Amino acid sequence: MENIAAYLPSLIEGTWLTISIGLLSLALAMFLGLMGAWAKLSKSRIARYSAEIYTTLIRGIPDIVWMLLLFYGGQIIVNDISDAMGWGYVDVDAYTAGVLTIGFIFGAYMTETFRGAALSIPSGEVEAGVACGMSRIVLFRRIIWPQLLRYALPSFGNNWLVLIKTTALCSVIGLEDLVRKADLAGKSVREPFTFMFGVLVIFLIITSISLYVLNRMEKHYNIGVRRA
Amino acid sequence: MEFELIFNHMPRFFEGLLTTMKLVGGALLIGGLMSIPMAFARTSLNPLINWPVYAFTYVFRGSPLLVQMYLIYNGAAQFDFIREGFLWLILREAYWCALLAFTLNTAAYTTEIFRGAIQSVPFGEVEAAKACGMSPLMRIRRIILPSALRRALPAYSNEVIFMLHGSAIASVITIIDILGAGRELNGKHYLAFEGFVTAGVFYLCLTFLIIGAFKLLEKRWYKHLRPREEVAS
Repeated sequence: MENIAAYLPSLIEGTWLTISIGLLSLALAMFLGLMGAWAKLSKSRIARYSAEIYTTLIRGIPDIVWMLLLFYGGQIIVNDISDAMGWGYVDVDAYTAGVLTIGFIFGAYMTETFRGAALSIPSGEVEAGVACGMSRIVLFRRIIWPQLLRYALPSFGNNWLVLIKTTALCSVIGLEDLVRKADLAGKSVREPFTFMFGVLVIFLIITSISLYVLNRMEKHYNIGVRRA
Repeated sequence: MEFELIFNHMPRFFEGLLTTMKLVGGALLIGGLMSIPMAFARTSLNPLINWPVYAFTYVFRGSPLLVQMYLIYNGAAQFDFIREGFLWLILREAYWCALLAFTLNTAAYTTEIFRGAIQSVPFGEVEAAKACGMSPLMRIRRIILPSALRRALPAYSNEVIFMLHGSAIASVITIIDILGAGRELNGKHYLAFEGFVTAGVFYLCLTFLIIGAFKLLEKRWYKHLRPREEVAS
């Protein structure tokens, strides 16, 4: 136990790193998800097909394979580009690679989330908006966006819970996140179980808080729904 | 892309494929069998039966699979009574540790999938079975299980794919599965793409195979829900 106390500052630092990767990649995933959903629902065939390829490839290959591929392969591509441009050595660090990979992967899951939500908005409401003379921006802001959030929230919450657990994989490409810090510390003081168990508890706390917040959000966005 | 190197490394990839299939198949089989009684425990109104199982599923669904695997593989050695006991024969091998972690993980997810399916069995069907004088076990065997397993199929197919993809982390603890073979190729020749892309293609094919298999299964199990075909006169 005294060992855990000695390493506590380092573990807290790792926890913040894990959370910051989670939130940054969530932002990227939401952006990609909205773009992907928009592409999948668009009239352009090229946009639809490329979004389809994106989601199929991402969801067909394990996340850790993508992470290793982007981390090691990304470095070589960056080297080639910077050689051609004469920039000198540009380092791809594990943090950037982690955020980009996780954001990229969950962008595909978010695409399905937002696409499903957009399809559940009654088309009559959009027609009514158009009939009232709303511009496309007003229509999006007043009619589509609030309902998109309501319908997307359950699946969005699920994606977030999977995403925060996926950040643990960043430790494999050498990022000093919570899992790697605890792994190294646990091995050096010969208490690997105690330290990894601490990580497990921290993840349980993060997911429990997330569940609570998501529950509150669902209540908030469903305020306009009548229930029997 | 150096296709010759990939080609020469193919035997290792197929050995890896076998390891992945054994790990995933074993975990799904044992975890699936564990999850059925646990799912019934989760529907129990008795908190002494319900809560321990809920705690189990909550812990295993709320933390990363990688952490669970580390906990078993690295953590077991911390305790002298494990190192000296017969359990050490199992827990010192990376393969069995991975299998144990995967089994417990998929058991937790599958339990909650089955619980949802059991609870969505229409109450009238259970009531009718009671009225016919069926014993609780017979009700489970004849009414609840066939109906619940059928309802659980779409969610369960997702879980199978998640398990396949999750199993790729076995390569982190020195197991040569598909990704492990890919990492070998990369490490040996200092290549970035070849090993990982090949491993990715293997996983992609497996994923499509699984999706196809479940489509066939759904066709069979949901036959009664499809519009009736025209009877040839």
